[in-house]
Amino acid sequence: MIRARVLLPGAGAGPLLRLVEPLSFWGGVDPASGIVTDARHPARGRSIAGTVLALAATRGSSSSSAVLLELIRSGRAPAAIVLGEVDAILSLGVVVAREMGWQTPPVLELAPEMQATLPEGQRRVDPDGTIA
Amino acid sequence: MTPATGMARRIVADAARLMGAPGLVPVVSAHIDGCLYHGDSGVEFAEALVAGGGQVAVPTTLNVGALDLLHPGRVRFPDHQAAMARRLMAAYERLGCRPSWTCAPYQAGHRPQPGEHVAWGESNAVAFVNSVLGARTNRLGDFLDIACAIAGVAPDCGLHRDENRRARIVVDAGGLSRRLRASESFYPVLGAWLGSHAGNAVAAITGLPQDVPEDALKALGAAAASTGAVALFHIVGVTPEAPTLEAATGGIAPEARLDLTPDMLRSARDRLSTATGIDQLDAIALGSPHFSLAEFAQLRALLAGRRLAVPFYACTGRGVIEILDGRGWRRELEGCGVTLVADTCVVVAPILDAGRGVLMTNSGKFAFYGEANTGHGTVFGSLEDCVASGLAGQVVRDEALWQ
Repeated sequence: MIRARVLLPGAGAGPLLRLVEPLSFWGGVDPASGIVTDARHPARGRSIAGTVLALAATRGSSSSSAVLLELIRSGRAPAAIVLGEVDAILSLGVVVAREMGWQTPPVLELAPEMQATLPEGQRRVDPDGTIA
Repeated sequence: MTPATGMARRIVADAARLMGAPGLVPVVSAHIDGCLYHGDSGVEFAEALVAGGGQVAVPTTLNVGALDLLHPGRVRFPDHQAAMARRLMAAYERLGCRPSWTCAPYQAGHRPQPGEHVAWGESNAVAFVNSVLGARTNRLGDFLDIACAIAGVAPDCGLHRDENRRARIVVDAGGLSRRLRASESFYPVLGAWLGSHAGNAVAAITGLPQDVPEDALKALGAAAASTGAVALFHIVGVTPEAPTLEAATGGIAPEARLDLTPDMLRSARDRLSTATGIDQLDAIALGSPHFSLAEFAQLRALLAGRRLAVPFYACTGRGVIEILDGRGWRRELEGCGVTLVADTCVVVAPILDAGRGVLMTNSGKFAFYGEANTGHGTVFGSLEDCVASGLAGQVVRDEALWQ
């Protein structure tokens, strides 16, 4: 059991998807399906929908917030997002979704070396930042 | 306080907390990138702000939309997307934003003063307003730009603060040939190099001519903000915060010094072309950022009334098109085979023929995003190369500059 810093609170559960290579949501994730489309990314073709998504690093396009908002609206967002470091632009997609009254995934901060210790398989994130 | 103002203030406050900003800073203007359609959720958000009585608190311009409103049918969207893209553009107008529909608002009358705090979105516009005009903004993500415009404030951190605006790396271009430094196509290549090597670090560039044209600085910033997250650069002797190298660095020793070599530039230029074979040419596109009147004057001189042999697009703002119309240049350019695209561009909206072709451009930004967004491989060349290729119907590039 690991305790991460809560950036935006909530609860969610799903299979762990750990991405070590940096990912940009804009130009890297299909907003309609949640499938990774970045041709240079090792996770290309995998879906982030419903996962506990651990991202060691993000590459910031300023429209990544728009892609995440679209995924949340269509029910294809991750169940929880664990960031290696704060990405205010991506997190903004969750902030806006919450304002719209849509169900949002929690966003946590956890250093990449700690992300590496998360066991594979089904994980659950609690509102206090516990990942079990 | 309207419900929309409450929503905007909560979004700005959440962003400030996430960004680690100790407070908020009042802004005097805004530029909004959120009016480009990425999906229905963005439309619902903008319409929620309208329904909540939202109005921008400061003069605000709009970046491109996903439609060319002056030329219906130029953007080939399915009906649903076209209708939603139109609704999105209409919602932002109803929030009180100026329907400028351009990624070069700084060439459409929106020019903040040095030292003014602003809230701008869109990466090239952010790089230009910080670097060339000396105003202050962070790279704001979609939704935060309009939230700041309605709230009239932005998170007070990053590039709003003196200590984060000084150059940490120094790049010297003095060792490159005078001819290369004087050429228009050098600047987007320099920008592409800078973005991939500086990331988001602030650089000061020395050894450039004092009379660099504004369109060259525009091209540099757009390329640097595409290959990297560059939001501010200084050019010593040219940009407002860099009258001297010492002023640019704040007198603090830089973390790195780099001397540019012809090899470094040549490889940066090569990386802007992704097309595998250049024995084919399907389209040529200019205007990212949007083409200026000065650039149209150059294009007109190069064309000299001759007829182009391949589809040739020039993307620009409606303000520039009005002037082209007034001068009779539009008719002349269209007579040569130039297709004008207003309010949007060929890389953010489906305008080009679908399929895997070859797209030639003089824009570092089009070259960087072209393949992912249009499916076409890219060939980067100068404006002269683009016109020569358009007339010849095949790729023609003057390699001598880069030897």
